[in-house]
Amino acid sequence: MQWTTHIKSKRGFFDINLREVVEYRDLIVMFVKRYFTLSYKQTILGPLWLILKPVISAAIYTMVFTGIAHISTDGAPALLFYMTGNAVWTFFASCVTSNAGTFTDNADIFGKVYFPRLVMPISNVVVGAINLLISSVLITITAVVYAVMGKGVHVNPMIVFLPVLILLAGMAGMGVGIIVSSVTTKYRDLTVMVGFGMQLWMYATPVVYPVSQIPQKFRILMMFNPCAPLLEGVRYLCFGMGTIEPVGIIVSTVFSIGVFVFGVLLFNRVEKTFMDVV
Amino acid sequence: MPHTNNVQGAEPVIEIENLKKQYRLGSIGGRTLREDVHSWWERKHGRDDGSGDTFMALDGIDLTVYKADALGIVGSNGAGKSTLLKILSRITAPTEGEVRIKGRIASMLEVGTGFHKELTGRENIYLNGAILGMSKAEIDRKMDDIISFSECEKFIDTPVKRYSSGMYVKLAFSVAAHLDSEILIMDEVLAVGDMKFQKKCIDKMTEISKKEGRTILYVSHNMATIKSLCNRCIVLDKGKLVFNGDTQDAVRLYLDNVPSDKMSVDYDNILRPSWLCRDDVRIKRAWYENRESSIFKSGEPLLVNAEWENIKDVQKLCFRIEITGSDDNPCATACVYDFYDGSSGDKANRGFKVDTSMLAPGRYRTMYTFFLRGNLNESIDVDCMQGLDFEIEADGIQRLKWVNKNWGDCILPDIEVM
Repeated sequence: MQWTTHIKSKRGFFDINLREVVEYRDLIVMFVKRYFTLSYKQTILGPLWLILKPVISAAIYTMVFTGIAHISTDGAPALLFYMTGNAVWTFFASCVTSNAGTFTDNADIFGKVYFPRLVMPISNVVVGAINLLISSVLITITAVVYAVMGKGVHVNPMIVFLPVLILLAGMAGMGVGIIVSSVTTKYRDLTVMVGFGMQLWMYATPVVYPVSQIPQKFRILMMFNPCAPLLEGVRYLCFGMGTIEPVGIIVSTVFSIGVFVFGVLLFNRVEKTFMDVV
Repeated sequence: MPHTNNVQGAEPVIEIENLKKQYRLGSIGGRTLREDVHSWWERKHGRDDGSGDTFMALDGIDLTVYKADALGIVGSNGAGKSTLLKILSRITAPTEGEVRIKGRIASMLEVGTGFHKELTGRENIYLNGAILGMSKAEIDRKMDDIISFSECEKFIDTPVKRYSSGMYVKLAFSVAAHLDSEILIMDEVLAVGDMKFQKKCIDKMTEISKKEGRTILYVSHNMATIKSLCNRCIVLDKGKLVFNGDTQDAVRLYLDNVPSDKMSVDYDNILRPSWLCRDDVRIKRAWYENRESSIFKSGEPLLVNAEWENIKDVQKLCFRIEITGSDDNPCATACVYDFYDGSSGDKANRGFKVDTSMLAPGRYRTMYTFFLRGNLNESIDVDCMQGLDFEIEADGIQRLKWVNKNWGDCILPDIEVM
C-alpha cells in the first residue's frame, strides 16, 4: 500500500486538493439538507417561507420605489423588475454573508474533526442557488401572468447565457465571502463591516433602480462595481430590460474569476493553521 | 495481550519525522493589524519582533505506527498528546517536520461533533457520519448496525435534544465505531456512558484492531482502559517522546513520574485542558515547603503551598485536592470553601493543610482544582492541574499491614463493637 496522505509544515500557496472536496460531496448535500431542515423547524408556515420571502420583498420594493419614490423601471413591469433584481442580489449577498463567518462560526467543528473546509462555503452557495431557483420559478410565473395580461413582456433569446452570469455572481459572492472569513480569523473588524457593507453595496448596484436613471457622467463609476453589469445583464438577458455594456461584463468576469481563485487559495492556506489563532 | 511492536515485516501505516509544533504564548490571535505590521517590520530588519515567548507543544517527535497497532498515548497535562492528535487529524499543521499516512484517518477528538439538537437521531447519524468521512451509501448500509449498537432504537426519530446525555454519547460513539477508515484516532472518548456501555465500546475497539486489522491511536488518562485496549504505548513529556514500547512499562513509567518526586512544580507553560471553559484564576506554582522529600509520616498532615494569579476578579474562591491512589481512580478529596476574594491581576499564595490520617501507607498522586460554587452548589472549575505526588510512610505503631489492593487506600476509623 502506498502513502496516501502527507502532512508537511509548509505548503505552497497553490497546493490544493480539489479531488478531496469531490470525495466529500455527500457532506455538501447533508449540510444543504440540514440548512433547510433547521430553518423551518418549529415555524407555522414552514417551507412556505421560501416562497413568501422573495415575494414580500419584491412587493415592498415595488411599493416604496415605484409607488412612493416614482423611480423609473425603464417601462418594464415594476414587480417583475424588482423580483429579478432582488433574486440575483439576494443570491450574491447570501454567498458573501453566509461565508463571511466560515472559520469563526465553525471553530467548534473545525477544531475537532477534519474534512476539506471548502465543503462549508460550497454548501452555502448551493443553499443560495436553491433559493435563487425558487425565485426563478416565481419570476417565470409572474412573467407568464403579465404576458397573458398583455403587459408587454418579451423574453430575450439571449436568455441561454443566463447561467453564465449566475455562475459569475456565485463565484464573486463566494470569493468575497471566504476572503472575509480568512481575514477575520485574525482581525475581527471585518465581521462588523460585512453587514452594513453589503447594504451600502446594494445601493451602489442597480437593484432598485435601472442604470438608465444614473446621470451619464456618473455611469463610469459603475464600472468599478463589478456587480452592476451582472445585475443589469441578468435583466437584459431575461426580459430585454436596460442595456448591456460589453466592457462592464468583461470587468465583472475578470473580477469574479479573480476573486474566486484568490479566495479559494487564501482559504486553503488559512485552514491549515487557523485553529491556533481563533 | 500479545506484544506486536517491532514484529518483522509489520507494515508501517504512520511515519512521523521530527515533528514540532510551536505556539506563541500570551495574546494568541488577539493581535491587531498594527502590531502584526510592526512585528513583520522588525523581523524583516533582522531584529527580535518582540512578540514574546514561544512554547514548543511538540519538540521533535519521531514515531512509526504499524498496521493493527493499538497504540496508547499517555502523558500529563501539557505533554503534547492533544497537539499530536490534532496534527495527525489535520486540524492544525505542524511548525516543522513531516507525517506520512497510509489510508483514511477518522478522528474522534470528541464524540458527536456536528450533532445538532434539533435534528432527530437518524438525521444526526447521516450528518455526523458524513462529517467523519462516510458516504451516504455507506451510512445507509450501516444504519441498522449503528442504531442497534447505540441502544437508542425507540428514540431514533426523536430530536436529540430530548435525549439523556447518556443516550446522546452512545449514539455519537456508535457512528464513529462503524467508520471504515484504516486508522482510528480517539481522545478519551471511551469514557462515556455507563460501565456496561464502556465495556461494549472497549470490546468493539479491540475487535477493530484485532480482527479487522485496523490501527487505533488512543489517548487517555485512564490507565485501566489503556491497559485493556493497547498493545503498545508511548509516553510524552513536555513535547518529547520519552518512552515507546510495552504498555505495562509505559503505564508504570507514567504513574511513577507524574510529576514524579518533585518538591515543586511550575505551571506557567502548561496549556489548560480544553474542557475547562473558565479562566478566572491560574495556578502558577505549587511546592512543599521546608521538606527534604515528599514522604510524609502516617498521621502527619500534608502541607502544600500554592501560588496563583487572578485573571478576573474572584469572590469566594474554593480549592480542592483530589487524591488518587494506586488504581488510578480518585480515592479521596479535601476541599476548602470561600477562602479568598481578590481582584484581577493580583497574585496570592496560601499554604493548605490536609489531614491525611485516614489514608493507608502508599504513594498518591494529586490534582489541584480551584473552583467556584454555582447556584445549585455545583462546582464550577476555574483551573485544574496535576499536583505534586506524596507518599505516606507507615509508622512503627501501625496495627495491621494494609493491603491497599484489596481493601482500598482509605482506612476508616476502627469499628466500635456495640
